[in-house]
Amino acid sequence: MTLFLQLIVEGLVIGSIYSLVALGYTMVYGIIELINFAHGDIFMMGTLVSLFMVTNVFHLTDVSKMSLGGMLVMLIVTCLASIVICALLGVLIERIAYRPLRNAPRLAPLISAIGVSLALEDIAKAIIGPNPVAAPYLVPLVHYSIGSVDITNTDIIVLVVALVLMVGLQWLVTSTRIGRAMRAVAQDREAAALMGVNVDRVIAITFLIGAGIAGAGGFVFLLSTNNTVFNIGFELGLFAFTAAVLGGIGNLVGAMLGGLVIGLIRALVTYIPDRDLPFGLPHGGVAWQDAVVFAILILILVFRPTGLLGQQLAEKV
Amino acid sequence: MNEVMLQLEHVDTFYGPIQVLHDINLEVRRGEIVCLLGANAAGKTTTMKTIFGLVRPRRGRITFDGQRIDNRPASDIVRLGLALVPEARRIFPRMTVLENLQMGAYTRTNKAEIEQDLDHVCQIFPRIKERLKQIAGTLSGGEQQMLAMARALMSRPRMMCMDEPSMGLSPLLVETVFETIVRIRSEGVTIFLVEQNASMALSLADRGYVLQTGKIVLSDTAANLLQNDLVRQAYLGGS
Repeated sequence: MTLFLQLIVEGLVIGSIYSLVALGYTMVYGIIELINFAHGDIFMMGTLVSLFMVTNVFHLTDVSKMSLGGMLVMLIVTCLASIVICALLGVLIERIAYRPLRNAPRLAPLISAIGVSLALEDIAKAIIGPNPVAAPYLVPLVHYSIGSVDITNTDIIVLVVALVLMVGLQWLVTSTRIGRAMRAVAQDREAAALMGVNVDRVIAITFLIGAGIAGAGGFVFLLSTNNTVFNIGFELGLFAFTAAVLGGIGNLVGAMLGGLVIGLIRALVTYIPDRDLPFGLPHGGVAWQDAVVFAILILILVFRPTGLLGQQLAEKV
Repeated sequence: MNEVMLQLEHVDTFYGPIQVLHDINLEVRRGEIVCLLGANAAGKTTTMKTIFGLVRPRRGRITFDGQRIDNRPASDIVRLGLALVPEARRIFPRMTVLENLQMGAYTRTNKAEIEQDLDHVCQIFPRIKERLKQIAGTLSGGEQQMLAMARALMSRPRMMCMDEPSMGLSPLLVETVFETIVRIRSEGVTIFLVEQNASMALSLADRGYVLQTGKIVLSDTAANLLQNDLVRQAYLGGS
């Protein structure tokens, strides 16, 4: 039972990072029906910006020697820098790689997205090299015990940042003028233009927000795992994409839920015991994590392509 | 006579290599109801799309209130006080009725005035008022048409263009729609109407144009058009 609860906590923490990245996939798909394959790499850039900020700007070596105020300033500035730079990167990518293809066949922007993804990974590889890079601790690690479950302060920060961003995004999209414009463009671009909505601008803002959230995701990822690698965005991006599909692509709440579910599943799969299985199957749950997640992706695509929360509303003509 | 609000001069529109509109010349004056009649595929909707910048004319000029609009994006054009009730209504199906109306007022910022206009359109369309919280996609076809009109009014337009507002509606609803059009005009909004339902459209319009395979073949007062042999044969089912 203790192990089970512990895995739930771990699943929720990593799952909330998947959720943050999944939001960007689902927002972009919702508004221009493009799977932005470069989105995971924007997240990766967020981890790099965070790493650069703490090591090159704040010259962090040992966080336990920092004052509390200094540490808070570092965390906030680093997080904001990651959000801002990723947001601008998202807008830039949209402008140069997707907007010129707005009226092209759907495959064209998809290929363009893969190209951007590869380009970002190679840029990252040129900067940090091909191997994982360790980051110093961004906060002195503190363990808390709730009953028999162990939870760290970084876990709590990840959960809080994710929660705040998700609630904020949900509010933005459902209750503000720009959020309404985003939904209008998603539902009927031409009709939205006829309401006076500058469609190009709204699409750019969607990329801005989605990429900014991925930047925050990159920051909390670095905070909780203390390392990054040039292709982390590819792997984590696939999980986040699966989460977005699981929740119902285009659906924000679905992406949040999907991320948590994928995180939980990946954590709980490690329950598979580390002993010999028939047919020489790999043993140890970790070996099964990816297989289970992508099996889920396939099953959803086959049996419920609209995902958990996605629904087709009969539209009257 | 009142001044010209909307003017199309020598407009040619193409879809790829195919010319859809040929040398369209028409004008709508302040306070008028003008209708554009034509059969399916005559180019009525293309005319509307060309006016609103959703399709670019290859040649010709379009002016609204003396300002050239044929090279501007739709979102700019509607800010000048021109609103469109598009073909097939094009409401936002997964938004509530209220949100649809708020989208109609997207270009405006004065909250008090928007509230005032919201009350006003609820008064014109009582059915809309009952359904403000409902998801728009679940409305009936007639209600969706009312909503599309209400949404267009929320921008407080000086001129409203309507593309086949009677399409797919029962005769009773068609009558309601046309009564509403007259009411909207009486409140000072100029109306440009594209219709297949020629008898209805001509009964309330001041003037009309007849479009055939992308060319304007007739233009006259509505009363004269109702008597015109070509119109009677082609659009009124008469002999």
